[in-house]
Amino acid sequence: MTAVARYWRLFRVQVRSSVLLGLQYRADFVLDGVVSLFWTLTALVPLFTVFHLRQTVAGWTFEEALLVTGWFTLLEAILEGAINPSLTAVVEHIRKGTLDFVLLKPADAQFLVSTARFEPWRSTNVITALVLWTVSFVRMGRLPSLPGSLAAALLLVVATSVLYSLWILTVSAAFYVVKIDNLTNLFNSIFDAARWPVEVFRGVIRWVFTFIIPLALMTTFPAQAMLGRLSLPALAWSVVGAGVFAWLARRVWLSSIARYTSASS
Amino acid sequence: MSLRSTVRALPTLFRVGFAEMVAYRAEMLVWVLATTMPLIMLALWSAVAHDAPVGAFDQQDFVAYFLATFVVRQLTGAWVAWQLSFEVRTGTLAMRLLRPVHPMVSYAVENLAAIPLRLVVALPVAIIALVLTGGSRLPRDPLLWVIFFLSLIGGWLITFLANAAIGTLALWTGSSVKLMDVWLAMFMVFSGYLIPVELFPPLIRGAVEVLPFRYQIGFPVELLTRGLDRGAALRLLLGQWIWVGLFLFGVRALWRKGLQRFAAYGG
Repeated sequence: MTAVARYWRLFRVQVRSSVLLGLQYRADFVLDGVVSLFWTLTALVPLFTVFHLRQTVAGWTFEEALLVTGWFTLLEAILEGAINPSLTAVVEHIRKGTLDFVLLKPADAQFLVSTARFEPWRSTNVITALVLWTVSFVRMGRLPSLPGSLAAALLLVVATSVLYSLWILTVSAAFYVVKIDNLTNLFNSIFDAARWPVEVFRGVIRWVFTFIIPLALMTTFPAQAMLGRLSLPALAWSVVGAGVFAWLARRVWLSSIARYTSASS
Repeated sequence: MSLRSTVRALPTLFRVGFAEMVAYRAEMLVWVLATTMPLIMLALWSAVAHDAPVGAFDQQDFVAYFLATFVVRQLTGAWVAWQLSFEVRTGTLAMRLLRPVHPMVSYAVENLAAIPLRLVVALPVAIIALVLTGGSRLPRDPLLWVIFFLSLIGGWLITFLANAAIGTLALWTGSSVKLMDVWLAMFMVFSGYLIPVELFPPLIRGAVEVLPFRYQIGFPVELLTRGLDRGAALRLLLGQWIWVGLFLFGVRALWRKGLQRFAAYGG
């Protein structure tokens, strides 16, 4: 059996077990859905307020900015449903010292911890994102172009990978500071800036959000791709950048895990 | 649980709380970094005001407003809801109930003990704000300064009591963190934390005027940076303290009812 096939099987087992686990908490589905819908709606208030006062901000109209918000909402859903649950579990492992059991298993530890838990029912925001895009394109009275949509689909993969890499970097920090609910907080509040097109920010902040914490790549570029405004070099650089980021996250993870000393024994 | 013994315990409680904050200073720094959202909003609103002022705000006004927001947020923070929720779930609330001090008092002192360390971060920002924008926006009237300090106390009390009320609900539901998320979402948007209250469209503004959120952050910040006159300031102060009273009453009632349901799991 090749390594890929083995990991694919492992992946299916992990997904199945987390779905079974999730079915125990059916009531949470409704509650989570309501809470995240509420968050998204209140988060739209600043957008409405800004565009109530201005026709365009930094060259973006309301409809175009709504696309960015849509991408933000979609990524938030991915984060909530696929990335956050697993990584919160890692932190718990680190704190309790039970990460030993994961490390002992004959498979890659990063793979195991990243696929440990999926909570797809938390991803009700995927629907909200689709609604936001639809509203935006209906108001603009046009359709996204085909090459633009393909580029956007590619960027979805890129953005997810960047998001995941950023998360791995944050979690690696847990090996050093242990208490992570603070760090997730920090991550969320920085990620929140991705709600706005990156052109809104100036100077150093824009540079940081493009190259260091590539928020631009996650929400602004995909929205531009949908509008057919993203240049080919930018697309290519995004893919390269995501690759570099994934590599970096992997290195940091490996060196952090080397530092791990079991807390219990 | 006499008042005298509580008062005598306060300095010690405060010292313990402060020592805890110093012990977890790295985490506190991360927490402070997580509250930099006003700075992001500052960048956003500056871009909006780049060509022409927005309402009565020009770029400088936004700088003053959002830096003041950052400072006020540092000084009016509370996180009892999470503490209570956690302690109810794990049963450790029992330990607090055993002590001869009302648990709400001990929570309040613990939360207040964070303020000295937060000041270390808040003061430089306040000074930067003063240097960048000049002191011309600050109130000249001494009465307004008195109102400002009262409004800070009121703002902290509303934050703390709302936290306490929602946290107490955990006695019924097991965990009230989700509800706190809802509260926090409303707080972010309607408190003036992200959008100055003046800039809301009329419809939303009407609601914001009545809701308690604005009194947590917006009101003290407006006093500092928006040149409110005495009449307006006193009216808002009255509104704020009415909310403080309502919350105080609510927490008292909820706590009494809820505590009867408390069963220390595990202990």
